Amino acid sequence: MSVPTIHDASLLRLVYNVRVRAILYQVLAVAAVVLAGLYLFGNMSAKLAEQNIATGFGYLGREAGFTISQAFIEYKPSDTYAMALLVGILNTVWVSAIGCVLATVIGTVVGIARMSSNPLLSWLMLAYVEALRNVPLLLYLFLWYALIVAILPNVRDALQPLPYVYLSNGGLTVPALRWSPAHTGVLLALLAGIAAAVLVVRRARARRVATGREGTAWPLALAALLVPPVVAGLLLQPEMAVNWPEKGRFRLSGGLHLTPEFTALLVGLSLSASAGVAEIVRSGIQSVGKGQWEASRALGLRDNGAMRLVVLPQALRVIIPPMTNTYLSLFKNSSLAIAIGYPDLVMVSNTTMNQTGQAIEAIALFMLVYLGLSLTISFGMNRYNARVALKER
Amino acid sequence: MSRSLTRWLATGLVLGLAAFTAAPASAQSTLDAVKKRGKLLCGVSPSSAGFAFADDKGVRRGFDVDICRAVSAAVFGDPGKVDFIPLNTNVRFQALQSGEVDILSRQTTVTFTRDTTLGLDFGPTVVYDGQGLMVHKKLGVTSAAELKGAAICLLPGTTTLQNLADYFRPKNIQYEAVVFESTDEWRNAFFSGRCDVITSDRSDVASVRAVANNPNDFVILPETISKEPLAPVVRQGDANWRDIVSWTVNALIAAEEKGINSDNVEQQTKSQDPEVQRMLGVTGDFGKALGLDNKWALNAIKGVGNYAEMWERNLGEKTALGMTRGPNKLWTEGGLLYTPPFR
Repeated sequence: MSVPTIHDASLLRLVYNVRVRAILYQVLAVAAVVLAGLYLFGNMSAKLAEQNIATGFGYLGREAGFTISQAFIEYKPSDTYAMALLVGILNTVWVSAIGCVLATVIGTVVGIARMSSNPLLSWLMLAYVEALRNVPLLLYLFLWYALIVAILPNVRDALQPLPYVYLSNGGLTVPALRWSPAHTGVLLALLAGIAAAVLVVRRARARRVATGREGTAWPLALAALLVPPVVAGLLLQPEMAVNWPEKGRFRLSGGLHLTPEFTALLVGLSLSASAGVAEIVRSGIQSVGKGQWEASRALGLRDNGAMRLVVLPQALRVIIPPMTNTYLSLFKNSSLAIAIGYPDLVMVSNTTMNQTGQAIEAIALFMLVYLGLSLTISFGMNRYNARVALKER
Repeated sequence: MSRSLTRWLATGLVLGLAAFTAAPASAQSTLDAVKKRGKLLCGVSPSSAGFAFADDKGVRRGFDVDICRAVSAAVFGDPGKVDFIPLNTNVRFQALQSGEVDILSRQTTVTFTRDTTLGLDFGPTVVYDGQGLMVHKKLGVTSAAELKGAAICLLPGTTTLQNLADYFRPKNIQYEAVVFESTDEWRNAFFSGRCDVITSDRSDVASVRAVANNPNDFVILPETISKEPLAPVVRQGDANWRDIVSWTVNALIAAEEKGINSDNVEQQTKSQDPEVQRMLGVTGDFGKALGLDNKWALNAIKGVGNYAEMWERNLGEKTALGMTRGPNKLWTEGGLLYTPPFR
């Protein structure tokens, strides 16, 4: 055994230093992960090249060559794969967004009804919740789709509950406004008006809190709300023509058309998620102590006011975090669309992947889109949560 | 964290890295892998009457199935050493690329893009097909040109999806494309009237019609809107395996031309025709050139019969599909089936 020199001793001391060690291990761990990732990526590239499989994202600029049955932006088969992917993303976002709204509304009603003192109602709601949350969503999607397609008549014998409203196994078709860029302009102006009105009301409230003087803000708010869309309407002159559905030889043309695939997916997603929402709402409200109700009544609040002003603000703190989860899973579950033929992001990606053979790129891309959109939902919900969370001062 | 735990973790990291940097095992030839496994892995349609479907005893039958049985017979001398793996259109190429199957025999059309960018190679065409359209008879449609505004049921990632777009685009015919991942959903959506039209290869359309409750409710339109040469597929870069698949198919077609069938193949070994002698392994060593037994072709023919037998058993006029040979006749009879010589 050699005699340790001064140099060795200081090195040893450095190695045994707790902080140096802590940092060293973290650096090593990160390096290991990065190296593993690089190795896997290199291995994949080498294998793909060896098997003569095309790589890279160049395919996104090539012509897609397939049709998509539902598109919110103008799309033709001669457009690029990137365009087709965008159509798929919009379809996913569209069905998820409406699904979240519906699930929240239905779930809240069911959750409150579940606490009803009427046994028939509360048991019925219990049955609803248990039936929906204990069977896989995929089976429900098949069920709803099969019901729509099997029970409703063919397009040629479509039901007409109202004039010009057609319901058949080809979907629901209703009259719609013949949309033009002018309409989009008025819509944008209306949104701007709403934003301006909200701003006016907020400032009025802030002034009231600051000065204690009650001002009359409503005429200004009304003006802020109405002026932009009216001005836009006068300037742009949107044509108020109705796009009536018309019976063709096979299908209906014109009007607003909801496909059975979309309807089945929307119903499946929102009903299944509503069962979760109902339980979240119920548990949230029940988490607020009985004493809060009693105290509100003692202050002279009616049930309605007690709920709105005292119980709900406290319940929201419990409700919001699990609701974020519900929204996220609804959004991700929308990828089951592929089973019943709704052209969502996954279906478009799958078709792309199959036509181009670039599976890794296509899957990486759609995972990235899901990740990005999920993080956006989380971010929004976390912001809202921060607003309703208990503020400890 | 305790000291010993940290040390274990550090050792683990180092070992993990060492494992990662070790060279990946070198690729084995498909034939060796198949022989070692004792079984051929064959990708087929999940359920397509006439091509690949499970009968009431659970045995897979069909034209595509028989191609794999023939390869199994050529390799092992036994047509039964095959595991069939049902694959949807959307996953079939990845399954082959990643080695989940050795051969894809699944009504797959040869195209330029598939051949050049997927890392795959196609064997000889086994069915010369084209895309057809089937409609509900009560719609009274007689031609594809009338289909403006119709809803059409399709499968994703198929040539038929793109052909349809190509066919209707110059005619400026708009239609509603309803695309299904699973063949069952696709068929049912058409039968229930969700779609007015279903489209696929003509043979496949015939196969859909064959499983309908009442096949007479549906008519296949006269137009053939594309060329669909269907062929077995193998991974690119294994020339020997590709040769085995190609020449097994060639042997089945040549057998029909030479009048060899599953019944008379043993007697045919006494044939005076030098080409038959070479093919059946009586003379020469063609089997050795493929890395197989010299009776490879004899076993394949004995196992599944010649091309005509396969056709009549699975697709022919006595089956529910009721397909005529059409272009799939031998070249000597005015068809397109023509094999290179066994020389």
